[in-house]
Amino acid sequence: MAVALTPARPAPADDDTPRLIVSRPSRGDLIFRTVLRIAGLSSFFITAMILIFLIIRGWWALQTDGLSFFTKQNWIFVGNQFGIGGVLPDTLIIGVIACLIAIPVAIFTAIFIAEYAPLKLRRMLVSIIDLMAAIPSIVYGLWGRFWLMPRALGTMSWLSHHVGWFPPFRVTILVSASTYVGSAMIAGMVVSLMCIPIITSLSREVFSQAPQGEREAAYALGSTKWGMVRTVVLPFGKGGVIGACMLGIGRALGETIAVLLIVSPTFSLNWHVLQSGADSVAALIAGRWASAGSHELSALMAAGLVLFAITLAVNSLAGIVINRSRSGAQTAD
Amino acid sequence: MTTVGRGRAPQALAGSAADGDAPLQIRVVTSEDILALAGAAIGSLGLTWVIYERLMPWSGGFGFWVCWYLVFLVLYLAVAGLQWNRLVVRDKTMAVLVSTGGLLACAVVFEQLGYSLVKGLAAIKHANFWTQTMLSAGPASSLNVGGIVHAAVGSLEQLALGSVLSVPLGLMAALFLAEVGGRLERPVRSIVNAMTALPSIVAGLLIYALAILTLGLPQSGFAASLAISVVMLPIVTRASEVVLRVVPGTLREASFALGASHWRTVWKVILPTARSGLTTAVVLAMARGFGETAPVLLTAGYSNALNTDPFHGWQATLPTFIINSVLVYGAQPNEIVRAFGAGFALMVVVVVLFVIARIVGGGRPGELSRRQRRRLRKEAARS
Repeated sequence: MAVALTPARPAPADDDTPRLIVSRPSRGDLIFRTVLRIAGLSSFFITAMILIFLIIRGWWALQTDGLSFFTKQNWIFVGNQFGIGGVLPDTLIIGVIACLIAIPVAIFTAIFIAEYAPLKLRRMLVSIIDLMAAIPSIVYGLWGRFWLMPRALGTMSWLSHHVGWFPPFRVTILVSASTYVGSAMIAGMVVSLMCIPIITSLSREVFSQAPQGEREAAYALGSTKWGMVRTVVLPFGKGGVIGACMLGIGRALGETIAVLLIVSPTFSLNWHVLQSGADSVAALIAGRWASAGSHELSALMAAGLVLFAITLAVNSLAGIVINRSRSGAQTAD
Repeated sequence: MTTVGRGRAPQALAGSAADGDAPLQIRVVTSEDILALAGAAIGSLGLTWVIYERLMPWSGGFGFWVCWYLVFLVLYLAVAGLQWNRLVVRDKTMAVLVSTGGLLACAVVFEQLGYSLVKGLAAIKHANFWTQTMLSAGPASSLNVGGIVHAAVGSLEQLALGSVLSVPLGLMAALFLAEVGGRLERPVRSIVNAMTALPSIVAGLLIYALAILTLGLPQSGFAASLAISVVMLPIVTRASEVVLRVVPGTLREASFALGASHWRTVWKVILPTARSGLTTAVVLAMARGFGETAPVLLTAGYSNALNTDPFHGWQATLPTFIINSVLVYGAQPNEIVRAFGAGFALMVVVVVLFVIARIVGGGRPGELSRRQRRRLRKEAARS
């Protein structure tokens, strides 16, 4: 008769439990690690302080206005008629314009650097893109105000006359020499220059991580270079590119000085992007700062709080998108 | 972009038939490609010139270049479509589109550098621009009086103070992320990443609300350097952490195996190994902090006189000098020229810092520079 063979198990001994390994760091190491932990928490501390102090200083404005801070479109403090109801959407408009220009240019540049550029050119181009990111925004603002604005007025005028059927391109104020000066479109164009390096460098890193095996498989199946890029590199890099674009949006929303140097400020919502009159929350704060009394200061602090919350949300979302994607997770630093 | 449709054979090196074992030189860019590009470019330039300048009542240089680019793309599509099949046409057109994106980025950087130089040249070439302050000169005075010394000194002092505050803290935070880690690692890393994208004006608001309104500090260079350090801190942390993570783990383990404590390992092994990368990180953060305008605008006030004491009194910096010149005295053309000169000075410092960062941080951790290798060879020869 067949006997079921069971492997003989050794009888459990009472003293055969795994021992607990406890590493007790020395006193010097304990102090070292505690100091490092405190330093690591410093960024939490700074973020918390920003929230606390902006809320404290902006409290009067938030209390006086309540939620209508987000809907009123004036900036008058006698009678408490102030709110960022116009400035906040204007900020988003400038950000959207900047990203619409920056995203295609940046992605094409990233594809060029990662795929098409000869090897020697690649390092130089990466350095140039990093240099573009390091150039202070005031230099871009100067260039935009004194070089771009006079030269772009003709194009703006053409757009408003020939593409005026598209509502944002319509111009509703009297056409004169200063109709197109200080518009959201020009501000968006200058801000896009600042978003391009951010999106480009992250996208390029992501594209260069595309698996070599898949690339060669595409070539083996007879595709052209662009076909390979379109079917292998771009889908691989989708998550990273989306995250990069969100980081670019975050930068565009927070850009202060370039917008300050270009726009003719307005407090009301202006979605006619070609005509004069635009503003962003950051430029509002920087521009009204010097002449602000205590009430206006409180309103500016509240506006700063809103800006901080928005950029924090956009950038955290970007971080999550990048980390969850196939491409971003590999390049996450 | 090897040609597909025509089946052009790779052009062999002349004389290779003689020894037969020379490598074939495969031309990737054929003369047809270059001629198609050149033809489309020149043709579109001519067409745009005719339409833009002669036929249509349009104006503006910007519009001209945009038109030229669009017509160039259309013409290139047409020329390519006449010669090659659809697959090749699509491939080549995308290559052209993509390449122009890359060239645009380069052009922008050089344009920025060049524009400040060209517009500010009238002011820069005077020696007084670099040695005097604006105390004795008004905005309308001619360009041979007045200068930016007060702004330059203010910028440098605030950068130095800001670096002293943010670099040690940032390095320690990076060490925390790379060495200690634990449960707090992911939240801290997310917060640091989110803080790198903080709008700099919020940093200025924080320091204004905290230091100036609450703690009663005066508006001074020191307050501005606090704001600059808030901006620099996450950049130092993130860039340093990337460098520290690349240090080989075997070095760390070898040090532990020899009985060193954690802090000794970090101090004697890890930090020296990562030194060049850390220097790059710090210098890049300094380049960023030097050009910050918005936080300094809020916290340092403005002054026309030289103020070498960052703890008392208002200080001007290069960016606030530019803002003041353009927004307050913008009607005076001389002041605009001075503003461009200051912008050029700003760019020069940033580019110099950037080049230093690239030179210093070129190698991998542990890679010895040429001088270090020479010194080691000398010592080995001596012993």
